[in-house]
Amino acid sequence: MKTKMYIILLILVAIIVMIPLAMYSGLGEDQGYFGGSDDAGATAIKSTGYTPWFSSMWEPPSGEIQSLLFCVQTAIGTIIIGYFFGYWRAQRKYNIKE
Amino acid sequence: MHIMEGFLPPLWCLFWYILMIPVVAWGLIQIKRTFEKTPESKALLAVSGAFMFVLSSLKMPSVTGSCSHPCGNGLGAALFGPAATSVLAVIVLLFQAIILAHGGLTTLGANCFSMGIVGPFVAWAVYKAINKTKAGSLVAIFFAAFFGDLLTYVTTAVQLSAAFPIPSFTAAFVKFFAIFAVTQIPLAIAEGILTVVIWDMLKKNKPKLMEKLGALTSKEAEEAQVEALEDDKGSAI
Repeated sequence: MKTKMYIILLILVAIIVMIPLAMYSGLGEDQGYFGGSDDAGATAIKSTGYTPWFSSMWEPPSGEIQSLLFCVQTAIGTIIIGYFFGYWRAQRKYNIKE
Repeated sequence: MHIMEGFLPPLWCLFWYILMIPVVAWGLIQIKRTFEKTPESKALLAVSGAFMFVLSSLKMPSVTGSCSHPCGNGLGAALFGPAATSVLAVIVLLFQAIILAHGGLTTLGANCFSMGIVGPFVAWAVYKAINKTKAGSLVAIFFAAFFGDLLTYVTTAVQLSAAFPIPSFTAAFVKFFAIFAVTQIPLAIAEGILTVVIWDMLKKNKPKLMEKLGALTSKEAEEAQVEALEDDKGSAI
């Protein structure tokens, strides 16, 4: 695959993500859209009359803090991937034996 | 697919932990053996884990109108097998349970069973089956990632309907299946595409190593090496 193909595939992923945004354009969390499926699962369990017997020891105090921490998770992953791909690329270029 | 902290009755928590622990232990032994045989595979395992970190942090909208995230478990499964991937899943799930209050320690067993065991096992089986045919490893990894992702969510739906069969298991399963698995279909396609991209890049960089791990046929490994050389010729840096 050529780099051009990678870009086409990544655009395809972006389109998959954008379709629902266009479908439910103008609707938001208040109308019950774009909530997490994990939370929907939790709500469905609660509606059976079940009360959780244990709750998290610590919770991010707001949505902002939670998105900060999710970004940290993404950053940890991307830096590892980027580091090794750069390393391998140079290794290939300078013909260092594996 | 995260079952929230405390949202499974204690006996079910214990049940999934009991199923999870031997697989994770076996995974640790397997990783140790792989590292002894091929020390250069350490970086590849790190990238597989990192890929899972990234994908499971991306909550994307789906056509059902709710958001969910891919799992990233197909890559590790195709490279290192399902048991080793379960260890990676435990790391990701612990991070999310402790720091993000997403998922939980009591439900870690159940969450690891879906994302770290059933998903990777399905992905691994699909990868091996398709890679044997003429379709090639890119087609194989797409379907591996797709089914690995989808079956992870189907497993969550099964786990929840087993714990809360109200009014019946089937009725509960239909309800949880709609919440988790249907939402997941477009995201599983996205995950499949993303895994194809990283797989192709890995294939060009580490063909010999992937062949050694049994993830590539020797023919495809050689082709990838030739392709990489051609890429290098045309690149500016």
